[in-house]
Amino acid sequence: MSAVPTAALSVDQLSIRFGGVTAVESMTFNIHEGEVLSLIGPNGAGKTSAFNAITGYLPISAGNIVYRGARLNGLKPSRIAALGVVRTFQKTSVFAGRSVLDNTLIGLHLQSREHPLAIILGLPSIAREERRLIEKAREILDFVGIGLRKDERASSLAYGELRLLEVAVALAARPTLLLLDEPVAGMNSTETASFMQTLGRIRANGVTVLLVEHDMKMVMRVSDRVLCLNQGRIIADGPPGEIQRHPEVIRAYLGERRARATG
Amino acid sequence: MKRLATGAFLAFLFSIPLWVGNLYILHVLIITGIFTIAAMSLNLLLGYTGQLSLGHVAFFGIGAYVSSLVSLGFAVHITPDWLVTLDPQPVWLAMLWAIAISGFCGWAIGRISFKVRGAYFVIVTISFAEVVRLVALNWDELTQGPMALNNIPPLTLSFPGLFEFSFIGKVPNYYLVLVTAIVAYIVIARLVRSRAGRAMIALRENEPLATSVGIEVTRYLVLAAVVSAAIAGMAGALYAQYIQIIDPNIFLFIYTVTMVIMVVVGGKGTLAGPIVGGLIFGLLPEALRSLNIGPELQWIAYGVLMIVIVSILPSGIVPAITHWWNDRSGAEVKPARAADADAGQAAQ
Repeated sequence: MSAVPTAALSVDQLSIRFGGVTAVESMTFNIHEGEVLSLIGPNGAGKTSAFNAITGYLPISAGNIVYRGARLNGLKPSRIAALGVVRTFQKTSVFAGRSVLDNTLIGLHLQSREHPLAIILGLPSIAREERRLIEKAREILDFVGIGLRKDERASSLAYGELRLLEVAVALAARPTLLLLDEPVAGMNSTETASFMQTLGRIRANGVTVLLVEHDMKMVMRVSDRVLCLNQGRIIADGPPGEIQRHPEVIRAYLGERRARATG
Repeated sequence: MKRLATGAFLAFLFSIPLWVGNLYILHVLIITGIFTIAAMSLNLLLGYTGQLSLGHVAFFGIGAYVSSLVSLGFAVHITPDWLVTLDPQPVWLAMLWAIAISGFCGWAIGRISFKVRGAYFVIVTISFAEVVRLVALNWDELTQGPMALNNIPPLTLSFPGLFEFSFIGKVPNYYLVLVTAIVAYIVIARLVRSRAGRAMIALRENEPLATSVGIEVTRYLVLAAVVSAAIAGMAGALYAQYIQIIDPNIFLFIYTVTMVIMVVVGGKGTLAGPIVGGLIFGLLPEALRSLNIGPELQWIAYGVLMIVIVSILPSGIVPAITHWWNDRSGAEVKPARAADADAGQAAQ
């Protein structure tokens, strides 16, 4: 990391309300270029709501979201993706009926320009472009480690592979900021360990990562910084070691009595 | 193997006029071919983007009327003293106009209704078809209303001094429809196997995920609507130029229903599906008629057969065959291999 980290994503006074219920209240934080930032907190703390707001799936009630100088609020998800901010979903989400390779090719949508007229006329440039895309898709599948499964239908993959495919689809969209929503939920420890390696390689490619995760072992190991949310507010922000000892965090997770008992 | 089967099928289709002398059978094949083209165009929307257009016959009818009116010429008062006239134009030009205007209508309907998809799109398309039918029925200065447009000229291709050929009679029209169907098939096949087609399929399968990788929803749904409407308009133009008389009944809802049945029974979202469905439901009424049973029984048999096919093969005939074929050949080679539902590959 550079000596003076620059903010890639700044979230400023973000509030999200559903009718009378406030999901996120005046949330302010920055993610620096190249950083892995984790968002933790009990269920219902507003992690996924914040995620959805950043990626354009939820309208925000107040505040500002800026990525590399461009305002994201009010933009459609597809526009936000074009700016390099790409997400995965909490519930497993792939194109189930298509092959693994097709899934990745769909992810590569923004990496090519094929004019509809050129497609209909069957110009040779289209065939060349398709070959290039297939080559790229294979590289990405090899990168996440499911290259051998490329011809299988997505719905026939094992759970762990499915989650890797989700990451492959997101990576295909060439993110500079990747948002992962509970990527290892439901994985066994071997799968989680190999996922952490993949995450390390993604990061080595210069991708900034915002992670929402419940697996604390993983969060503490991969994050540069951890934000803890409770009831829509940020209650702690710091390096993993500090967060683990933060009294507010312990209280949020374990309740008032435990906090009193341990002093 | 698949390439061979496609070649054999095409050779069979091209050879039909050589050994079928019965002009009535050729007529049935021509009409079946025209509706198959329309079904192929509907499949692009219904099968690949998942949007159900229940007013698809509107694009077909608009193509028929535009082609007829441009080739016949017209004089219409827009206001009492503003007269718009058009002299008769060559038929090939009229047909191009039919494609362009139908495509434009597809664009407009898509722009309006794809902001609210699903049921709203169905409603907008039904209403659109009904409005167009009422216009055709009541604007009799332009369309002759229920009196019908008649003496529509056949397509004539000519190169000054070299040749001139008119598509009059069954055999030339059979080949005209067959070649048009092949062109429409190629256009649709190229589109659905491209980046644009993948975007359409992605939106059908999982819209939130599709938008998360940057696919613009409206752009690709509108593209599908434009191409679909343009091809349906071409089919309508072929119909008008072949039958040589059209009236507002061309916009009847039953024609849309027929197209939907062809697509769904054949297998929506597959390239071969509407062809199989189109041939079955285009030829079936005639086959039943030849059985020498009463018309009531014919329609009952038609309905029963349709229900049987749909309940045994809910995803359609072509996906069922592809699945069966892949299972059979997959069992010997590679057990885990996924069945590819895209029968487009089956047709190649």
